[in-house]
Amino acid sequence: MAQQLDRLKETPSQTAGPYVHIGLTPNICEIHGIYEEDLGTRMVNDKTRGERITVKMRIFDGTGAVIRDALIEIWQADADGLHNSPSEPRGKADPNFTGWGRQASDAETGVFTFETIKPGRVPFLDDRPQAPHISLWIVARGINLGLQTRMYFGDEEKANAEDPVLSRLEHQHRGPTLIAQREGDTYTFDIHLQGEKETVFFDV
Amino acid sequence: MRNVKPETGGFFQRVRSWHPPAFAPGYKSTVVRSPQRAPISFGNTLSEITGPVFGREILGPLDNDLTLNYAKPGESAIGPRIIVYGQVLDERARPVPNVLVEFWQANAGGRYRHKKDGYLAPLDPNFGGCGRTITDEDGNYSFLTIQPGAYPWPNGINDWRPAHIHFSIFGHGFVQRLITQMYFEGDPMIWQCPIVRTIPDKRAIETLVAALDMEATVPMDARAYKFDIVLRGRRSTMFENKLEGN
Repeated sequence: MAQQLDRLKETPSQTAGPYVHIGLTPNICEIHGIYEEDLGTRMVNDKTRGERITVKMRIFDGTGAVIRDALIEIWQADADGLHNSPSEPRGKADPNFTGWGRQASDAETGVFTFETIKPGRVPFLDDRPQAPHISLWIVARGINLGLQTRMYFGDEEKANAEDPVLSRLEHQHRGPTLIAQREGDTYTFDIHLQGEKETVFFDV
Repeated sequence: MRNVKPETGGFFQRVRSWHPPAFAPGYKSTVVRSPQRAPISFGNTLSEITGPVFGREILGPLDNDLTLNYAKPGESAIGPRIIVYGQVLDERARPVPNVLVEFWQANAGGRYRHKKDGYLAPLDPNFGGCGRTITDEDGNYSFLTIQPGAYPWPNGINDWRPAHIHFSIFGHGFVQRLITQMYFEGDPMIWQCPIVRTIPDKRAIETLVAALDMEATVPMDARAYKFDIVLRGRRSTMFENKLEGN
């Protein structure tokens, strides 16, 4: 026998279930008066630095149907590539940008809409710059452990080509599943849980 | 706040076999919602190591009292009054202070305040079903609520959810983000639930069962259940490229 490491095991995940919005966006599901507003719905204000963008996301199941009962949280750097977090060692991020968003999908169309800014570049482990990206965490009924992925920007072709994560994908043809397409100030990002177009998910 | 430097080490690899697999056909909704390809791994960058923080100014005075936070003045929610309390720790058994913990649940009859829930049990006009709090300097949290009821759900012909409370927990890094459910000690419904049984290891399930704690009970008021939560731990910066903080 050796000494004990005295580590604990992470609490196991359970699905967020069909009523996740009661807990995390109650005003969306008509529970008013408990919280003034749902957390994460406003990421920017008048003073936020950077290019304003709208990101529209949808999630599709393995039959090709759009999912309407999910919840997405996003986390991203500010325009200079800094995170609004105490764990950010490189400097203070824009105080007028939270970097964190949370949205329920539209109950009819399944579209998630985030009003945010385009993030700056964040270094990889070896200090190479990563392409601008937004981190995603997806929960819903039928998802047992929150799904991690990233959204990259279709108009950042040069940065995407040298991105340490995108370039290490074994199946390079799957890279485009992580790239949102731009039209005007709006990026569109479709997430596929299964099938030919299955989005690349991460275990990080 | 204690005068300690925030930690910036990467997180321990998640032990995915301890969690329910994405594809768990006993819980039918997973069948078309489970990714089939292997997830891609890479070492944590600052995008994963950092995460949002929430200040206590977001909290209202009744956010951690579900018996009152949706009730008319002078009234309160119907059901057995319980205190749920515990500590948020990481895998190194260190308290996780100042993190947001959110919770939601059905009412005492097993009905959710949601337009898609058509269960026979009536809504309680004084019960909304959600609350939140922020852990203290030692990672502790607590809230007052009513014990939720069990309810049937469309999966098999006769599947029932055991009484449970949903939890959403933030850590200090975005990849610590966790959603889970708390069950109640002694409930025989736990072991027949297809959602509980998505977790392969019985010992893992047992960590989701809150213990009745008569010592924490408030006499003539509310019983107490203890539910500790463990988030992913992070490596000491000693093991990172840059030797700082040790």
